[in-house]
Amino acid sequence: MDTKVNLPVTEKPKLSVRNLNFYYNSFHALKNINLDIPENKVTAFIGPSGCGKSTLLRTFNRMFELYPDQRAEGEILLDGENILTSKDDVSLIRAKVGMVFQKPTPFPMSIYDNIAFGVKLFETLPRIEMDERVEWALKKAALWNEVKDKLNQSGSGLSGGQQQRLCIARGIAIKPEVLLLDEPCSALDPISTGKIEELIHELKTDYTVVIVTHNMQQAARSSDYTAYMYLGDLIEFGPTSDVFMKPKKKDTEDYITGRFG
Amino acid sequence: MTDKHLSTQFDAELSGISTRVLEMGGIVESQVARSVYALTNFSAEVASEVLATEERVNQIEIEIDRDLSTIIARRQPTARDLRLLIAISKTIANLERVGDEAARIARTVQRLLNSGVSSRLRLPVKDLGYEAELAVSQLRKALDAFARLDVEKAVEVLKADDLIDQEFEGLMRKLITFMMEDPRTISSSIDLVFVAKAIERVGDHAKNLAEQIIYIVKGTDVRHNSVGEVESLVR
Repeated sequence: MDTKVNLPVTEKPKLSVRNLNFYYNSFHALKNINLDIPENKVTAFIGPSGCGKSTLLRTFNRMFELYPDQRAEGEILLDGENILTSKDDVSLIRAKVGMVFQKPTPFPMSIYDNIAFGVKLFETLPRIEMDERVEWALKKAALWNEVKDKLNQSGSGLSGGQQQRLCIARGIAIKPEVLLLDEPCSALDPISTGKIEELIHELKTDYTVVIVTHNMQQAARSSDYTAYMYLGDLIEFGPTSDVFMKPKKKDTEDYITGRFG
Repeated sequence: MTDKHLSTQFDAELSGISTRVLEMGGIVESQVARSVYALTNFSAEVASEVLATEERVNQIEIEIDRDLSTIIARRQPTARDLRLLIAISKTIANLERVGDEAARIARTVQRLLNSGVSSRLRLPVKDLGYEAELAVSQLRKALDAFARLDVEKAVEVLKADDLIDQEFEGLMRKLITFMMEDPRTISSSIDLVFVAKAIERVGDHAKNLAEQIIYIVKGTDVRHNSVGEVESLVR
């Protein structure tokens, strides 16, 4: 399906997806996706299992390259440059486009080192500046007050919600431009989820956020734009308030109102 | 709603609340018709019945609003389900006010009956009966359009509202003439002006219902637009 997607003229696209097709071996998982992700906004991808939302998310930082039988064709422009064909080291792309996964994945090291590890890959900072960066990232992730007295303790000792915020802090410590969140709250309780949703709201001031979620109410609460996908196609994309109050496509309305099946 | 949700409970809740709205509509429609009957036939008995039923109308509004809030809290409805519930909330407020107008008319009948026989024999109550028929017909049409979610019918209701306004203006002129001819009838004539106004407001409420139907089906809020503008909005 070739869905024409237009952002309002007031929005600047951070990522532009053009004629993107994705394959797991011969399985055609993403079909001719055309989409603009607006800068400094939260965009949510929703859709039933198997619709391609996580697949699409993982093209944005070329995560699929870890697997030989997965390939992408088309263009994904980040600030005008096609990241799929970029000659840059893929790590540099992943420094600009950070990712947080569904299951919190703290490194088996101290809280401090969890944050510092990624920064050290790209920057050489004197100790005092590294301390500042770690504190800044943990404050941004709304975790500082809870861990400031135990930075040397293991990251694995934190609760699920804290671990996830640690992963977010780790992600933003290297100052990316885009944050990809793949069902970041699925493993968390409602209070932790609420804290992360608050955090997402604050993060968009500085970052472009894309979130995949199977929780429609979360998409409705947290995002500015919503993309509905089904079986590899982008069915509808628009401002969240429009998609949830007056969707253009009946398929979209059937899904969000629970008439699916 | 013709399409079914995955949750049969949700389907049952939505159709249940829509049915209650139509029940409430039927009751207030009958209230208006009966209050005007009480007027044109100077029936104290029917006027009392209308006033006795008024409390029930108010109670139904409260019950429907409570059910509506529960559905919203529990189901987090979106798109046309949410628009339906928002529209129902506004619709029942309009229907409750129609009930108020009918009660107002019934109280006027009681006042006129208390004012003595000779003055009421000459009052032009039959003309009010015609205005009321128009208003009740509009209300019935709007309720029918709600039951079927029929946008075309809703637009017809919007177009016909002018007729009631014209009828009301005609009645005003007649009553003014009446008062000028015989100043002893001023008090009762003023009562009839209020009745005519109440009936005209019933027509306005029917119009509001029609606007809500368009909102449910099209997702477009057409309030405060001329009929011509509404027609182009729903095309």
